Amino acid sequence: MKSLDVISTAIGNTFRSKLRTTLTVIAIFIGAFTLTITSGIGTGVNGYIDTTVAAIGAKDVLTVTKTANAPTTGPTKYDPNTISAGARARPGSTIEAMNSADIATIRAVSGVLSVQPILGVRPSYIEGTAGTKYSITSNGAGTGVKLQLQDGAQPSITSTGYEVALPVSYVKALGLKTDAAAIGSTVRIGITDSAQNMNVVEATVVGVATTSLGGAGDSVTTNPALTQKLYDVQSTGLAGVAKDRFAQATVTFNAAATDKEISQLKDRLAKDGFTAVTVADQIGTFKTVIDVIVLILNAFAVIALVAAGFGIVNTLLMSVQERTREIGLMKAMGMGSGKIFGLFSFEAIFIGFLGSALGAAIGIAVGSGISAALSRTVFSALPGLTLISFNAGSIAGIIAIVMAIAFVAGSLPATRAARQDPIESLRYE
Amino acid sequence: MTVPILSTHELKKSYGRGQSRFDALKGVSLEIFAGESVAIVGKSGSGKSTLMHLLALLDRPSSGSVNLNGSDAILLKGRVLNGTRNKTFGFVFQQFFLTGGATVLENVILPLKIAGVGSRERRRRGLAALEQLELVDKAKNKASALSGGQKQRAVIARALVNTPKVIFADEPTGNLDSATGAVVENILFGLNRDRGITLIVVTHDEELAARCDRRIFIRDGLIVASDASPNPPHGAHAARATATSEANAA
Ligand SMILES: Nc1ncnc2c1ncn2[C@@H]1O[C@H](COP(=O)(O)OP(=O)(O)OP(=O)(O)O)[C@@H](O)[C@H]1O
Ligand SMILES: [Mg+2]
Repeated sequence: MKSLDVISTAIGNTFRSKLRTTLTVIAIFIGAFTLTITSGIGTGVNGYIDTTVAAIGAKDVLTVTKTANAPTTGPTKYDPNTISAGARARPGSTIEAMNSADIATIRAVSGVLSVQPILGVRPSYIEGTAGTKYSITSNGAGTGVKLQLQDGAQPSITSTGYEVALPVSYVKALGLKTDAAAIGSTVRIGITDSAQNMNVVEATVVGVATTSLGGAGDSVTTNPALTQKLYDVQSTGLAGVAKDRFAQATVTFNAAATDKEISQLKDRLAKDGFTAVTVADQIGTFKTVIDVIVLILNAFAVIALVAAGFGIVNTLLMSVQERTREIGLMKAMGMGSGKIFGLFSFEAIFIGFLGSALGAAIGIAVGSGISAALSRTVFSALPGLTLISFNAGSIAGIIAIVMAIAFVAGSLPATRAARQDPIESLRYE
Repeated sequence: MTVPILSTHELKKSYGRGQSRFDALKGVSLEIFAGESVAIVGKSGSGKSTLMHLLALLDRPSSGSVNLNGSDAILLKGRVLNGTRNKTFGFVFQQFFLTGGATVLENVILPLKIAGVGSRERRRRGLAALEQLELVDKAKNKASALSGGQKQRAVIARALVNTPKVIFADEPTGNLDSATGAVVENILFGLNRDRGITLIVVTHDEELAARCDRRIFIRDGLIVASDASPNPPHGAHAARATATSEANAA
């Protein structure tokens, strides 16, 4: 028998017992559907994280903090030299403050291209043309940090002018008609000094940022010149040591550095008493959590598929039983055992294909629908997040895995069919 | 001297081992020449089907040999054996072994499909075979929708579609009423006469056996008698068919 005939005969046989095939296909469908949705969630969320990585920090940047000698258990002893860890750490956690001496130490470490202290700036309000004051938090724009912009440009790192990027939610509130109209307008930022006197710094809006997970959020992004200015204003009246305190610093290194070189750089910094993390490290934690969740969900889907695999074994054993005579006859007529095996195992693979293709197709349709609905409602504050998204590779992978499971499941009945003795099957009862 | 298309030498077949061992054939030697029609006759359990299965190379003897065209069939293995069976033999059984859900044509062309014949050629030859058996109008019907006689005709069409040298028929009329059975017999003997296809019929129907050129009687796994028709219907073959196993039987 030609291979093509084996395949077409197997497909034909699949439809011989329609109810049985349908039930088995449904079982596989459930598994494949679940797997499609769960892997879609993995793809969607991780894809979103990847696209927002640039908003959190560049690839050639390390965030450096002083390594605290915190005890492993029990409450931490008070240390007057600690500072609030800032927006990116666990709320309430503190880290040891750095000073310009530390910055100099870091600068001396080999592999460090530049160091910039991250200044903790706490502005009180922002005010636009409308005259209403809104409370605000600010983030300093760092080297390589890319905001996701709705309009305009990134705040300039090098410019000496005071530049600011507004979160999109502030545009209308500040009395600016559109995002485009906001670009170039002047805003006033209020900030108190150590004597609680309110000072006002004027800055030019250069960009409007999209709200994004882990990114600037609802804070304005100030360029280094503006950050320094705000910091100076805020520190007015403080003595030298009190002014010379930073929570963390940003280190840039060679963008072409390999993972090994990066970890060696981290080791060198660690030797000097600094903890350095890359953006990938920070993102990595997120991704690991998501990957683990997706893995658990996938495991459930695979369990469903394995159960469905037993369905295939059952279905095919029944048809081998039913077709004993036919198998015997085909063998008597000179059909080889290999072809008989092929006939049944291809039938299994085809059932697997039917179930998984159907599961994937409907999974994509339903997943896209749910994802679109969620984006409009629950996740409307996170533009760009497609909770469930699909890529051709993983869908093809799912179908291939299911077909492989089906093949394994089908090999037992197929072997039984192939081994069948033609005389036994032809003997009259 | 002509080489027999099929011959056996001291053929033995036992089933099981030890205490439950059963000798179904205890040393059968026979020769069947191309174009003959031979009946294998015997009571139930005498070993007729066992012999037929060995002749059709569906089973291996415990000892002794089956020779096809003069060479020992034990040498045929795997693919070659399958190919030989496919091209040389056609089968007609007491039960029809048709796939009910498939069409008559699909059933008939099964040997061609196994042989790897292209689909157009399959169709052409399948329809030609059905034509001969006056079943063309049923080609597209489900096999399960045929009457008993029609089913057996479809089976014969399937047996001859690949132009075999030998047709094995195990109780071909056992499931049919006498009128329909006669029709099927006529078709089989017609093929034997007109196309020279060797016919090996397993039966305990005296009348059917009487129509064959030669009869081989089996009892308890041994040939007990063998005769040729005194007035052979197709004399040419019968002349060559001098019973070779009388010596064994004696
Ligand atoms: N697989 C087997 N295992 C054990 N014994 C078997 C097996 N096949 C056949 N036999 C025995 O061999 C003997 C011959 O069987 P065979 O089928 O050849 O008989 P038969 O002459 O064709 O009978 P019938 O006319 O009833 O078909 C019987 O006694 C049978 O029980
Ligand atoms: Mg029998």
